[in-house]
Amino acid sequence: MSNSGFGRIIKDGLWSSNQALVALLGLCPLLAVTNTAINGLGLGIATTAVLVASNGTVSLIRNLVRSEVRLPVFVLVIASFVTAIELSMNAYFHELHKILGIFIPLIVTNCAIIGRAEAFASKNNLLRSLVDGLSVGVGFTLVLVTLGGMRELIGQGTLFDQAHLMFGAAAEGMSLSLGSDFQGMLLAILPPGAFIGLGLMIAIKNLIDKRLAQTTATKPEAIESGAEAGAS
Amino acid sequence: MQFQTFSSPHTDRSSSVDKVMLQVILALLPGVLAMTWYFGPGVLINIVIATLSAVAFEALVLKLRKRPVMPTLHDLSAVVTAILFAIAVPPLLPWWLTVIGMAFAIIMVKQLYGGLGYNPFNPAMAAYVLLLISWPIPMTSWLPPAVLSTNPLDFMQIVSAIFTSSPPTGLEWDAITMATPLDGMRTNLDQGQMISEIFQSPVWGDFGGLGWEWVGNWFLMGGLWLIYKRTITWHIPLAFFAGLTGLAMITFLFDPESYPFALFHVFSGGAILGAFFIATDPVTACTTKKGQLIYGVAIGMLVYIIRTWGGYPDAVAFAVLLLNMAAPTIDYYTQPQVFGHGDNHG
Repeated sequence: MSNSGFGRIIKDGLWSSNQALVALLGLCPLLAVTNTAINGLGLGIATTAVLVASNGTVSLIRNLVRSEVRLPVFVLVIASFVTAIELSMNAYFHELHKILGIFIPLIVTNCAIIGRAEAFASKNNLLRSLVDGLSVGVGFTLVLVTLGGMRELIGQGTLFDQAHLMFGAAAEGMSLSLGSDFQGMLLAILPPGAFIGLGLMIAIKNLIDKRLAQTTATKPEAIESGAEAGAS
Repeated sequence: MQFQTFSSPHTDRSSSVDKVMLQVILALLPGVLAMTWYFGPGVLINIVIATLSAVAFEALVLKLRKRPVMPTLHDLSAVVTAILFAIAVPPLLPWWLTVIGMAFAIIMVKQLYGGLGYNPFNPAMAAYVLLLISWPIPMTSWLPPAVLSTNPLDFMQIVSAIFTSSPPTGLEWDAITMATPLDGMRTNLDQGQMISEIFQSPVWGDFGGLGWEWVGNWFLMGGLWLIYKRTITWHIPLAFFAGLTGLAMITFLFDPESYPFALFHVFSGGAILGAFFIATDPVTACTTKKGQLIYGVAIGMLVYIIRTWGGYPDAVAFAVLLLNMAAPTIDYYTQPQVFGHGDNHG
């Protein structure tokens, strides 16, 4: 029972109610920083860390906080973690912190985080809330990295450019480039590219869901016909 | 073919979509020939590439959407989009940019919104803006009119320039391309030159750039013919020119050495093409008469504002797209009163 419960939480966070592709929450940082894959990854990891920490804390204090003041308390919790993460990013990933700029402090206002605190962590125990925070965060990060990678590849013909900002000098080799004479499509890096890219990702997700629904709907028949074939 | 998806208002068969589109293509013909005369066969090659790719993308999407392919291809709307796009871009534009532009116009701007009749934005102009923002250098490298060219290119050189996206051997891009007159005017004005000095240059004709003004003239002929055939009405073009020349006249009177005279703006860039063929697109423009006047004036004024104080040399595409966005709202507020309703009885 509990096992299948965790499976459901993870599947919801990563796919079926992905905060970026289904709930469409946290779009402001999502659209603004995903001009490269590394920027997306940086913001994604920061958001995930805040999500796990805030979900856990909110879950622990859920019975102590009166419901009239719960939202201010949640915001306070989230803001403290964001501040801690922002300061540590500034210390350890200074260059990346400079690029992401205002969007790290703005994680406080990311609706996805307060949404999870309100909708999930305030009603579930610690372990479940931690799993939820992690899977929602990873789902959000995957969208950020995919969108960032897509825009970076089309816009400037590179992938994981400036990976050393995050993983140190050893990661210089991670950066791929399509060559210096690649004429990138500037629009992909500009804000319209983010909107068009996100729209396409949502469309692709819906398409996959539709195909999956079709295959599961036709599966019983396939099994039956397979059984018949086996019998004959 | 009769147009099947529209209910009322029913018009007679003479204005079916394919006939309208055919008339637009015919009306574009004189201007296209004039462009070919002044800027070489690259114009025609672009039209061929754009038309083939537009039709191919349209067929592909219709197939994916499981819609009948042939009736839609037969209405020629994709061909009109392709031609309008191809004459708006420089004659030596690399072929892959044309293909990307058409893919965006047909797939994203037209079919994703539901196909002809449902697209809020003009596909040709959206594709033009996409390319202009994404690849500004090839999109602003125009050929000089043939009479001024110091390095005239022959047909094979033009073909190879388009398909290899590199200049003919032994020449640099800078040697064979130049800015459009409108662009040149901006640059010179930015450098602090007087208008009377700028017009000393041999690139100018009577009203606008040499060659350009004649291209504009031939598009004007085609546009007037469309009004005569009642394919379009006079409202949008006239309002467009009123908006454009109105603002131009005010600034010209204010300072004739910094702001060119009004006719310069009419005969430069894509103003005439835009007024008759692009702003009048029946799908994306306003439908009420009062709305069309507002729509036209606003486009004309925006063209002037963006040309004069904006970051890009020409502005027809931007202005049209901005007003496409506003068109439903303008229509909403300019609905004519239904006869017998209204407050004159109450």
